[in-house]
Amino acid sequence: MSSGTSGEWPLWEVFVRGRRGLSHTHAGSLHAPDAEMALRSARDLYTRRSEGVSIWVVPSNRITASSPDEKDPFFEPAADKPYRHPTFYEIPEGVRHL
Amino acid sequence: MTAALALGDDALVLSHRLGEWAGHAPVLEEEVALANIALDLLGQARVLLSLVGDEDELAYLREERAFRNVQLVEQPNGDFAHTIARQLYFSTYQQQLYDRLARGDGPFAPLAAKAVKEVAYHRDHAEHWTLRLGDGTAESHERMRRGLEALWRFTGELFEPVEGCEVDWTALHDEWLARITAVLDRATLTVPEGPRRGAWAAGAGRQGVHTEPFGRMLAEMQHLHRSHPGASW
Repeated sequence: MSSGTSGEWPLWEVFVRGRRGLSHTHAGSLHAPDAEMALRSARDLYTRRSEGVSIWVVPSNRITASSPDEKDPFFEPAADKPYRHPTFYEIPEGVRHL
Repeated sequence: MTAALALGDDALVLSHRLGEWAGHAPVLEEEVALANIALDLLGQARVLLSLVGDEDELAYLREERAFRNVQLVEQPNGDFAHTIARQLYFSTYQQQLYDRLARGDGPFAPLAAKAVKEVAYHRDHAEHWTLRLGDGTAESHERMRRGLEALWRFTGELFEPVEGCEVDWTALHDEWLARITAVLDRATLTVPEGPRRGAWAAGAGRQGVHTEPFGRMLAEMQHLHRSHPGASW
């Protein structure tokens, strides 16, 4: 083990759910030899201060991400269509939590 | 308060040994895992030693012969497999002991009820690594086997009755051995066959007789406090 480096272990993305009713949120990543150990390391790295009630770990190479090169075709068209945003309503007085 | 000292010293000394991995663990994730286990144990030690007296004085100013920990926990870390073997033997023992104390009505029941959840995780960690090292590569198997063999002679002492702990020590031993056997079977390892006690000192940590590496560990652990009494930050 002494000569081992974390580079030999696959990378995992960690998602932690902070409270019941909330969604899992990306907390970070870590190296682990398999899913069981990844869960345990995630518990030690990301929930030590009672941040979580549930953990997911996902192999990083199983995540398909949009690439920076495709940024314009992916996201640019949404920028000039303000009518898609719910910003044209008058908010009545007295309505809270909006 | 013999029992508080014995259990408190077990936790304190093992905590220090695990802390020695900081900066040296094979991977960052394991370094954090071992440090977390060390901190859990340190928390237990503080509660237990506070029942006996001033925790700092007890930790930093006692001589070697006044410590009542079992010799298993003072053994040097060795390689990672060696540390995991020590963790497997000790955390299995500690979980079963604390589980019994938690169910009893003795003075340690509240502490044990809280600590047993931490210790269950320590055992889980040790078992998972034992499986991976034992059933891993030829080298990891061999290193795990060597660690288990080397520490086997310190396991007899674990089941010496501790005055003040009202538990069935024979049943505790049988349950421990059954659990260890089951884990080692799954890890394609075998339970060592050698004696459970060494020819000379092994088996007397509870009476204050310790092995040679313990003195050096204490020197390092106590050095700062002895050089700068009352130092804090």
